[in-house]
Amino acid sequence: MRAVRFSVVTAAATAAALTAVTGCAEKSDGKGDGAVQVVAKDDSCEVSKKELPAGHIELAVQNKGSKVTEVYVLFPDDRIVAERENIGPGTKATITAEIKAGSYEIACKPGMKGHGIRQKIEVSGGKAAKRSPEMDTAVAAYRTYVQAQADETLPKVKVFTDAVAAGDIEAAKKAYANSRIGWERTEPVAESFGDIDPKVDVRADGLEDGQKWTGWHRLEKALWQDKKLGAEEKALAPVLYKDLTDWQKRVGTADITPTSMANGAKELLDEVATGKVTGEEERYSHTDLVDFKANVEGAEQSYNLLKPIASKNDAALTTTLDKRFAELNKLLEQYREDPSSYDFTSYEKVGKADRKELSDAVNALAEPLSKLAAAVTK
Amino acid sequence: MSDETRETPAGGTAPSRRALLGWGGAGLALGAAAAGVAVAAARSGDDDPATAADSGAAVPFHGAHQAGIATAVQDRLHFAAFDVTTKDRAELVALLKEWTRAAERMTAGHAVGDGAYGGLPEAPPDDTGEALGLKPSRLTLTIGFGPSLFAKNRFGLEGRRPEALVDLPKFPGDNLDKARSGGDLCVQACADDPQVAVHAIRNLARIGMGRAAIRWSQLGFGKTSSTTPDAQTPRNMLGFKDGTRNISGTDTAALGKHVWAGEGDGPGWMTGGSYLVARRIRMHIETWDRTSLQEQEDVFGRDKGEGAPVGRSKERDEPFLKAMLPTAHVRLAHPDSNGGATILRRGYSFTDGTDGLGRLDAGLFFLAYQRDTRKAFVPLQRRLAAHDALNEYIQHVGSAHFAVPPGVRDKDDWWGRALFS
Repeated sequence: MRAVRFSVVTAAATAAALTAVTGCAEKSDGKGDGAVQVVAKDDSCEVSKKELPAGHIELAVQNKGSKVTEVYVLFPDDRIVAERENIGPGTKATITAEIKAGSYEIACKPGMKGHGIRQKIEVSGGKAAKRSPEMDTAVAAYRTYVQAQADETLPKVKVFTDAVAAGDIEAAKKAYANSRIGWERTEPVAESFGDIDPKVDVRADGLEDGQKWTGWHRLEKALWQDKKLGAEEKALAPVLYKDLTDWQKRVGTADITPTSMANGAKELLDEVATGKVTGEEERYSHTDLVDFKANVEGAEQSYNLLKPIASKNDAALTTTLDKRFAELNKLLEQYREDPSSYDFTSYEKVGKADRKELSDAVNALAEPLSKLAAAVTK
Repeated sequence: MSDETRETPAGGTAPSRRALLGWGGAGLALGAAAAGVAVAAARSGDDDPATAADSGAAVPFHGAHQAGIATAVQDRLHFAAFDVTTKDRAELVALLKEWTRAAERMTAGHAVGDGAYGGLPEAPPDDTGEALGLKPSRLTLTIGFGPSLFAKNRFGLEGRRPEALVDLPKFPGDNLDKARSGGDLCVQACADDPQVAVHAIRNLARIGMGRAAIRWSQLGFGKTSSTTPDAQTPRNMLGFKDGTRNISGTDTAALGKHVWAGEGDGPGWMTGGSYLVARRIRMHIETWDRTSLQEQEDVFGRDKGEGAPVGRSKERDEPFLKAMLPTAHVRLAHPDSNGGATILRRGYSFTDGTDGLGRLDAGLFFLAYQRDTRKAFVPLQRRLAAHDALNEYIQHVGSAHFAVPPGVRDKDDWWGRALFS
């Protein structure tokens, strides 16, 4: 899980990859008169320019209203291009994104609620992304995978949230890690919906001022640390289920490109490198290795779908990646007895030297994996 | 400037290749060559005091010996020990070749590979970029091979381990942390700019991922010994001048006798190389600081202000060892007390913040090069560990030993070629 502010970066990176495919990414510092001024008030959302060239855009937002607000750049189907939450009254914020030609909306949401006050903008220039049929095949297959993960996850989430709602600590503990696997396998896509991720997968230290802590890790703490399920936790369980239902509905609309798949695979390994290998992610339940395995599986799925394209351009890279995936998987297998189950060793029982070995193996894979996007677009 | 020519490992007197290549990179005046003293100018290479003063210059990478040993000591250090994680000898060899090419570029002040920007926007750049715009800063990169690399059933090197690459004995007082000790490979990065040294290790670590992983590393500042005797001797964290009697980087006779492994010393692949002992020595700074000046000076055997040996007036006056306490550091460490055993020190001070008890986590990162560790560091440290009054204020907490191969000769050569070929 990442803090809310990172979702802007994720969206921008995804869009940047898009423009890069078209070969029209422009280098721009985004400063000066290029910035679009957005003045957000309680009853208006003034946008200084409504026609923009494709490429890097920068929104300079000023909240002149009395309520805290959030500003979104949206695709016509309401998918988020970029967003910024928690812009306090009288404060300024900047939103940057890479945008290709098309129609968009800018939405200000005073009070951070509802549909928002919207302005249409037109972005022109650039060329339509050119994709080979095999790229389309890879993207379509990955889209199917992502949807299937969400579909299969919901019933598992239900088992978990029902147990929490019923106050059954043991059953909830048992269902917890399993309920996260589909999410963890497709995390970069899930995170591209900037509003869902902070509700379901935020950790205590990722909270922003005034943000209510909800989601898996809030319940994880109740189960393993507090060892009790009170009225508040029981009430949060159906909220988690509802938020993940929202994810299941929207995941099919995610913007997926060959390069976002490639970089998404790398990001999954980055998740492992920063959160799992340190034991931070599942600090109460110590089920980090389940997330770890799911992240690797998701990365491998992306990679395998892109491999026919990448191996033509950089055979040495795919040879290395095959080897590194195999090595990391082999290492992970040491931590579960039954390869068909997701019962992994509790991470608190994984010693310092073994964590170092896992970390080295993650770096060994993630470093060459960072070259996959280039191999796909060559 | 010395008027001697550099000794070759075989004992000849031809100027080394690095020295010949050196003068251009070191920025010496062409006029010197034109005046017919080409050899004199050339041989000085990176060891020339004028070069040492130019902290931005490039030190030639190629030569009979690796740079970073006799080279005038730079201001900063980033030392890294690696575990080789691949089991495949061919992958290890490929890594050493890639590292050599990257080291050639970085020591010359260039970025690694295709650089830090301007490449494909959807892929990370080859170079990490934090040294862009900085001068070469006399960066040297020096590689070493640890005993564990020669273990059985690893890379088929068990028969090639030099006898001098011993497993260091346990010395009394050692409190070694495994996580700060050992390593299959080491790279010593020395530069006058800390960012240049850190950049070099970071890029080599990145290239190494999947084949070699950093086991531990150490940042150093404030060189604690000098290979340029004309320059001011630096002070260590205890406030004393350290390294007054060190081997000069231009004293080719002493280097040949005490530092470079010669033919017949061990396996042929080490000829022209050296043996490196690295020790992290923690200093009990706070207790030292409340020790009387008299005791501090007695412990060292020198005075604190001038650095003169006991009973003498100038730092470089010949020490009269018997005037010192039998437990004085200088007396015990002196070659005369050790049957002539002499090492070349390149140590650096370190301060890694505080230790959680509010004590400065500081000390000396000791680096010693020698022709044969069994005849130099081992007997020397045995004596010090048993008797040195300084032991009350220091503790050895990390330790490693490496065989440092000879230099990379040219663009086709690579670190360790003679070992692996």
